[in-house]
Amino acid sequence: MRLTIRETILAITRTPVLSALASITIGFALFVLGLFALVALNLREALTTIEERVEIVAYLTRGTPIEVITLAIGDIQAFPEVASVRHVSADEALDRARGQLTEFQGVFEDLAMNPLPASLELRLQPGSRDAGVVAIVAERLEGFRFVEDVRFGREWIEKLDDLRNIAAVVGLAIGGAFMAAATIIIGTTVRMTVLARAREIQIMRLVGATDGFVRRPFLLDGAIKGALGGLFALALNYLAFLMVQNSLFEARFFAMTHASAFVLFGLGVGLAASALSVGRHLSKI
Amino acid sequence: MIQFRKVFKAYPKGSIALKDVSFRMEKSEFLFLTGHSGAGKSTVLRLVYADESPSDGDVLVAGRLLSHLKHSEIPQLRRRLGIVFQDFRLLEDRTAEENVAFALEVTGTRPSIVASKVMRVLTQVGLAAKTHLYPQEMSGGEQQRVAIARALVNDPVVLLADEPTGNLDERATRGVFRLLRDINATGTAVVMATHDLDLVRSTSYRTIELRDGAVVHDSGARDSLGEAS
Repeated sequence: MRLTIRETILAITRTPVLSALASITIGFALFVLGLFALVALNLREALTTIEERVEIVAYLTRGTPIEVITLAIGDIQAFPEVASVRHVSADEALDRARGQLTEFQGVFEDLAMNPLPASLELRLQPGSRDAGVVAIVAERLEGFRFVEDVRFGREWIEKLDDLRNIAAVVGLAIGGAFMAAATIIIGTTVRMTVLARAREIQIMRLVGATDGFVRRPFLLDGAIKGALGGLFALALNYLAFLMVQNSLFEARFFAMTHASAFVLFGLGVGLAASALSVGRHLSKI
Repeated sequence: MIQFRKVFKAYPKGSIALKDVSFRMEKSEFLFLTGHSGAGKSTVLRLVYADESPSDGDVLVAGRLLSHLKHSEIPQLRRRLGIVFQDFRLLEDRTAEENVAFALEVTGTRPSIVASKVMRVLTQVGLAAKTHLYPQEMSGGEQQRVAIARALVNDPVVLLADEPTGNLDERATRGVFRLLRDINATGTAVVMATHDLDLVRSTSYRTIELRDGAVVHDSGARDSLGEAS
């Protein structure tokens, strides 16, 4: 291992320009991939914020006893799809309407009786906010005999579903393409560094080095360049994120796990590209 | 030590490098392989160090049939051989000492004995005072001596030299040849491929001449006395 580390350090320090160029090229390839990942991440965040507004409202028959409502709330809260249930009394509904619809202030003043029904407002768990699940929960609510009507903005939720599906397909296609491009660029870059040392590989083989001995410094070299490229890309992505954050809108950066995965991806591709290139050379010499 | 039995070597594009080559080389023997460029001298050597395999026939080195050798056993074989080339094949960014040490390190030799072994062989080839020089700071003859030292450091049973004097002037050629002869005198078999007929004629060592891949002459001499008077 000592020799592997020494040979790797020697290889990097002997060709500092080539090594730096390799890491920078890998960095830029990963930067583009990272930018796309950032856009996808923030788009997903935005969709989640919109999703949080998905709500089912069950309007209750006038005169339903509060004990019955309380029992029903307990039952509904036990639905696995439901995150929270809130009882809105008829009076609270009227107060809310007065506060929100100020242009109809006069109409509300002249009311002899409250025309608004009491209701139950349901928020759903993340992952249960698509049109299918919402419809199932709504149907279940309609089964309560004191529920007069259930509303959940079917069209709006269906559009949200479409948006989510489009984002997933586009994300997968473009993300996959960027990842493939990054892999090819990194592979080619690492291969060039291996080619530059083809003579050395040949000499190592002739003096009796085993394939493993020849391979190890190259693998470590590829992994280091890949990881350095990943770190460089992460720094560039952070700069891009700061620019957007400061001049355009509130955005989110990668969590620590995502950032680590990003660097690990660079390391992995560098390692794989090295293994492939050295393998080809070893089979030739 | 080395035995070729009816060896043929053909390349995929149809060219035939060796045709029915048979010979046997004994321990401690000095053997010249001669012939024009393309006669098959280098192919014979490449078959010995298992860089290529014969299309037909058998190659045996130190009693081992190379066709039975697994890929993973090739490094072990090469550690028992010393290989020297016309273009030296030194690592340009390492000193003479480091180039020689490299051949020991790749075989997993303990670091504590590397330095002394390196010094011993560099002294043997007459470069004790130039251990810290880089190849580009040395003459062709000196670079070839470093290559020979590297080939010797693992105590090979056979030294294979492929046109070792091809890039050297007359004086350096004589110096390198004298060194190979001295190495042979210590018991190491030497196979030297060359087209320098003056050099060959100045000795009485056994000579195998190849032409178009076939052996056209084998002097069969077993004279180990060295240069002819």
